[in-house]
Amino acid sequence: MKSAVLVFPGINRERDMARSLKLVSGKEPAMIWHAERELPKGTDLVVIPGGFSYGDYLRCGAIAARAPIMEAVRAHAAKGGLVLAVCNGFQIACEAGLLPGVLMRNSQLKFICKEVFLRIERSDTPFTRRYNAGDVIRVPVAHGEGNYIADSETIARLEGENRIAFRYTTPDGKLDPAFNFNGAMGAIAGIFSEKLNILGLMPHPENHVDPIVGPTDGRRLFESLIETLEAA
Amino acid sequence: MISNEPQITASLVAEHGLKPDEYERFLKLIGRDPSFTELGIVSAMWNEHCSYKSSKVHLRGLPTKAPWVIQGPGENAGVIDIGDGLACVFKMESHNHPSFIEPYQGAATGVGGILRDVFTMGARPIACLNSLRFGDPKHPKTRALVSGVVAGIGGYGNSFGVPTVGGSVGFHSRYDGNILVNAMAVGLAEKDKIFYAKATGVGRPVVYLGSKTGRDGIHGATMASAEFDDASDEKRPTVQVGDPFSEKLLLEASLEIMRKGCVIAIQDMGAAGLTCSAVEMGAKGNLGVTLDLDAVPTREAAMTAYEMMLSESQERMLMVLKPEKEKEAEAIFKKWGLDFAIVGKTTDSSRFIVRYHGDVMADLPINELGDQAPEYNRPFAEPKKLPTLDPKSIPCPTTITKALEKLIASPDLCSKRWVWEQYDHLIQNNTVQRPGGDAAVVRINDGPKALAITTDVTPRYCEADPFEGGKQAVAEAWRNLTAVGARPLAVTDNLNFGNPERPEIMGQFVYCVRGISEACKALDFPVVSGNVSLYNETNGRGILPTPTIGGVGLLDDLSKMATLAFKTEGEAILLIGDTKGWLGQSAFLATVIGREEGAPPPVDLALEKRNGDFVRTLIQAGHVTAVHDLSDGGLLVALTEMAMASNVGAALDNPPAGLPPHAFWFGEDQARYAVSAKPADLPKIEALAAKSGVSLRRVGTTGGHQLTLAGENPILVSSLRALHESWLPDYMAGGHGR
Repeated sequence: MKSAVLVFPGINRERDMARSLKLVSGKEPAMIWHAERELPKGTDLVVIPGGFSYGDYLRCGAIAARAPIMEAVRAHAAKGGLVLAVCNGFQIACEAGLLPGVLMRNSQLKFICKEVFLRIERSDTPFTRRYNAGDVIRVPVAHGEGNYIADSETIARLEGENRIAFRYTTPDGKLDPAFNFNGAMGAIAGIFSEKLNILGLMPHPENHVDPIVGPTDGRRLFESLIETLEAA
Repeated sequence: MISNEPQITASLVAEHGLKPDEYERFLKLIGRDPSFTELGIVSAMWNEHCSYKSSKVHLRGLPTKAPWVIQGPGENAGVIDIGDGLACVFKMESHNHPSFIEPYQGAATGVGGILRDVFTMGARPIACLNSLRFGDPKHPKTRALVSGVVAGIGGYGNSFGVPTVGGSVGFHSRYDGNILVNAMAVGLAEKDKIFYAKATGVGRPVVYLGSKTGRDGIHGATMASAEFDDASDEKRPTVQVGDPFSEKLLLEASLEIMRKGCVIAIQDMGAAGLTCSAVEMGAKGNLGVTLDLDAVPTREAAMTAYEMMLSESQERMLMVLKPEKEKEAEAIFKKWGLDFAIVGKTTDSSRFIVRYHGDVMADLPINELGDQAPEYNRPFAEPKKLPTLDPKSIPCPTTITKALEKLIASPDLCSKRWVWEQYDHLIQNNTVQRPGGDAAVVRINDGPKALAITTDVTPRYCEADPFEGGKQAVAEAWRNLTAVGARPLAVTDNLNFGNPERPEIMGQFVYCVRGISEACKALDFPVVSGNVSLYNETNGRGILPTPTIGGVGLLDDLSKMATLAFKTEGEAILLIGDTKGWLGQSAFLATVIGREEGAPPPVDLALEKRNGDFVRTLIQAGHVTAVHDLSDGGLLVALTEMAMASNVGAALDNPPAGLPPHAFWFGEDQARYAVSAKPADLPKIEALAAKSGVSLRRVGTTGGHQLTLAGENPILVSSLRALHESWLPDYMAGGHGR
């Protein structure tokens, strides 16, 4: 798996992502500066990591979405290339038009860092094939603006096309407003693009792969990607 | 001397916080009347915050050396050797006054300042902690201050990308007018690549890096050197505004030019900004510095020399560069979108010269400004000893269970989850022990080594007996590091007190420092950095003396780490250390009975060492399954915390005869730990305890999902947890004594 992690000024989880990619795949990703215009040849997976690109000033992800490298990311995605967009990366992907919708301020108006429960909505995707649909996994969140919102038409389409990747649920997989901590519509924690080659999600699977620092429920997401690319 | 500057009058001098004798001293030093800019410069250098003039003479008594200490106090941060060619760089600093005036920005820039202190030395920050003290929860300002400070700390640290892994939060009416925000940062560097403030070489370029200079924070350090009064809210313009995005860029750019070998000396622009950083770099290297203010990048038009010299705009650094690396360094800063300007040079004149628009705005002797600032040995009163309370004289007004419920749901002992969930405590993927344990544990690179970090102080002990309180703050930090299995290595201290010009406050300071000194010596736990915050006083009423101790320890192998949660049922619960049932100044006495009385528990440092070394031996040998330090609330609160952390309950044995049960369960005798162990390991533990002369007592057995005390109704651990978790969120939502 040849992966490329984008680096914008103010991004701060790029090292966590690179480390987890290395830990699971055994290969170092390329770190790609925002001012570049091309991805390394043969890139299988582009990762837009978490952080505070451009300080989240203006609007989360708005400035990074217009960085030179994003043209190359769009071209990669248009050809069916894989894109994993986590947290600020999800916000950037939405701002860049790679995914629909927008991430608003958490409903309680606070930044929240904690472990949450996510229900896997489908397992027939490049990102989730090592999970079973209905599995509940534990991964951390760390964001102030992760409240997913889209117009009702978009939500209906996402639901209708089965493009919800993860939802915030109770430990046994039930929807419950008390567990939808940021107030996202439909308790949506992550969504797929139409062709299922782009995943955007607020939680941080890359922070739950190493048993020394906690649970390892995020690991299977990376294993899914490796398996997908090996099968291709 | 210079046109358009105000006349120097006695009242102008007084407004700058200079005492008449200090001004006389300054006049003698320069042999003429100063310019307005010079007055500003000297007021910035000689205020309490920058010069430590009231505290220096006492701080010299602190132990600062050990074979593992690479750099003690006097630099941007302390540095210790942690093996494998690595060093740990750390310091704690207060941002009390600004946080009270403007909580979000005050706390945010406090975090920004301490992070800069650490990465200025070449270290990448790997953890932050903070110790916070607020006023009475019923005080009308408290809720807004808690909310603003916590959001500010999170807002800065989260964006910068450092995990905030621990700290403490307490409340007391004595902080009503002066809250405390003590921020600690810990970084990791290569041992042979530490950078210092000392400039070397004449004619070298002095380079300004980072954000532009604006008019914010002018006289911030002077504000932090004065008491508050009713008009203090008007000081909002002296609070700086933080920009964590710029700081993150400054971090990456600074580490990059350090890696490339461009830097001779580096100093962050913190208190008193350009003035303090330039003077310190020159004075430490015994060199002069000439600054050309026309080259300083500014954010606002028509700033005066005075404003530029005193601005505390954030996210700025001053460096002395290797001349041949100038272009390379500039290219790196431009890449990160930061300002880079050559603003001066080093000289052999020992003068600090400031030029602007062709005029010499200041020409002062550099050493006298820095190292030879006034120093006071202020009069101090010996604190009065309070009587020791006999536990038998203090009846328990309620059942043990009810008292426990009250304690674990009290503002000081309740869960602080509401606070630390607003901090990113997981970024960097190295947080092995998250907030809520005895000490945070952060893995070093890919392990197996890790750092244990804690902040501690018990202000009510320090108020009642500054000497014992000072000792206790150190002992508790040492104990918390021990409880996770770490070897305690060194501390940073953040000494928060009232007005030192009052002998009783100075007495608190002197005796706390003596206590800290004695404990650090006995525990081989040197002080490598620190900060003093005085004048935490409003309308003549001072805060509780609060010498916060930040301790750092080393775990050689993460597989031999202890946590506080009970693991499984059927294990023996053991109490390590002697229990006399000390209720004076206890949380029980204050919270359950409403009295803050008596002498605090004395700290026997030899016993601390013996018991702590014993606990570390047990952890190393794998004989214990859970370990917890005993502190506020005593044994029963500690056992409850161990149960709540895992939902494994406990059946507790009868307390020993001869002591009132509440004194046994809630007494705060020092040098104690609670541990759990497999029954099969008990004989080994008992033999080791006998050999080490450590007192050991079985107090119960783990199991079930409730806590059972003889003669009382059992209580579900889940209901205890609900009480423990609910106080702070309820309070912040407007509940509890509005």
